Amino acid sequence: MRILALDSSGLVASAAVVEEDQTIAEYTVNYKKTHSQTLLPMVDEIARMIDLDLHTLSAIAVSGGPGSFTGLRIGSATAKGLGLALDIPLIHIPTLEGLAYNLYGAASLVCPIMDARRKQVYTGVYAFADGFITVMDQCAIPVTELAGKLNELGREVVFLGDGVPVYRETLDELLQVPHSYAPAHMNRQRAASVGALGIEYYRQGRTQIAAAHAPDYLRVSQAERERAEREKKEREACL
Amino acid sequence: MSEMKDTLILAVESSCDETAAAVVRNGREILSNIIYSQIDLHTLYGGVVPEIASRKHTEKINQVIEKALAEAGVTLAEIDAVGVTYGPGLVGALLVGVAEAKAIAYAAGKPLVGVHHIEGHIAANYIEHQDLEPPFLCLVVSGGHTHLVRVRDYGTFDILGRTRDDAAGEAFDKVARAIGLGYPGGPKIDRVAREGDPDAIAFPRAHVEDALYDFSFSGLKSAVLNYINGCRMKGETFSQADVAASFQKAVTDVLVANAMHAVEEYGADTFAIAGGVASNSALRAAMQEACAKRGVKFCYPSPVYCTDNAAMIGVAAYYEYRKGTRSGWDLNAVPNLKLGER
Repeated sequence: MRILALDSSGLVASAAVVEEDQTIAEYTVNYKKTHSQTLLPMVDEIARMIDLDLHTLSAIAVSGGPGSFTGLRIGSATAKGLGLALDIPLIHIPTLEGLAYNLYGAASLVCPIMDARRKQVYTGVYAFADGFITVMDQCAIPVTELAGKLNELGREVVFLGDGVPVYRETLDELLQVPHSYAPAHMNRQRAASVGALGIEYYRQGRTQIAAAHAPDYLRVSQAERERAEREKKEREACL
Repeated sequence: MSEMKDTLILAVESSCDETAAAVVRNGREILSNIIYSQIDLHTLYGGVVPEIASRKHTEKINQVIEKALAEAGVTLAEIDAVGVTYGPGLVGALLVGVAEAKAIAYAAGKPLVGVHHIEGHIAANYIEHQDLEPPFLCLVVSGGHTHLVRVRDYGTFDILGRTRDDAAGEAFDKVARAIGLGYPGGPKIDRVAREGDPDAIAFPRAHVEDALYDFSFSGLKSAVLNYINGCRMKGETFSQADVAASFQKAVTDVLVANAMHAVEEYGADTFAIAGGVASNSALRAAMQEACAKRGVKFCYPSPVYCTDNAAMIGVAAYYEYRKGTRSGWDLNAVPNLKLGER
């Protein structure tokens, strides 16, 4: 089985071709958000380097959110176009799961955090014990709430993700459990991790047709949020 | 001609709130034209919400493209090139179509042709006027654009004039909101105006000094708002139909006057209109009359080809493809792309 994996959920743009027991190619750039211009050329370049026949792919795995709304859509639309043209399914990998999978086999809890702005982080808590376990599903919460949750769990934790430089000091202050931060080679999105987890998903039958795929933003748009708030106020005013 | 191989273009358009795909044969024959309109969603907000539009495009785009291929009865393998709108428009919305079209072209091994949205609107005229060929003059009027253009050749344009402020369609939307008609303003004003007197209220006809072909609609919009406020302050009611008809007449008068100046100046024998506002019945009638008076042939697309659609993008892509225009896998969305630039 061979999978093409994409992650453009954050500052990183990453593409990889992954098989069951090895990664054939991976191209990761953590520099400026120009994913619209870089993602497909990156796929093209690795495909040429490894003489990839696109028709040998079983599926396209894509980091499906949360993350930058625009970045997610570039990844999703690219995956959907490839899936449509090649007539193969997509595998929607939650962004935080893909990130956590960078640290496969960690003895401690794994907690990826992404800066979600509005004083929140996109985060989740994962563990490796007889496989990959979701301790807390991905969500958008204030970092203080995350720290409380981790203190409650009372286990050692390792952090990664682009939220670390933003919230490291806060976490150091609030956490009462032993914790550390993943080093540079594994602390941002990597398509190889999305692909490796994608193979697990594929084995479990967790695929979708390309037409059915859409990112999971974990947040409604600003206009919808403001409209909901306005309507709530109006309802309260009526009472 | 019969021994010549057909050229099939798959076209994708997502620059605003319509998710659209089409298959076009030889630049003139529309084999399919699928449009998923999000207008009901945006009506809740009184206008297009970019983030909602982008999300909806992502959800619907594969279905729309698959339907376009199925209705045309062609497979992706039979397509010669993929055309896609890459600007101007809402950047987040454009990016969905661009990323999707690039991936399809790449995986199917087809050339990619990035298309200018306005070039598409102009090209919509080729669909139902099979004998129309450049050179001709064209007025592009929509919610985002008001351009008076000389089409020198396929894909080659001189912009003679443009709006200095609001686009014509934008003025329709704003006035419609002010008089309580809501969004989208164009079709609503068109309908209500039929019951009104176009000479009831003397709204200004703005002409831009030193720029014969430029337009300005913000003054007109303010005049309408002032009129309404004046009525309210005096405790008078105003006739929605009269305001709509008088406003529409003011817009139409200016568009026709500038267009006919250009027709006379350039000695054009053919004049076309394009864009969403080109489906306005009063504008069509006035242009028709002005052209007939001058013995000029008047072209306009059916309403379905006036509003955003992918068929027009496929037509424009065909002529670009024939000229040898090719886009790379690094094609980006360009929200403020100028006509004639690449």
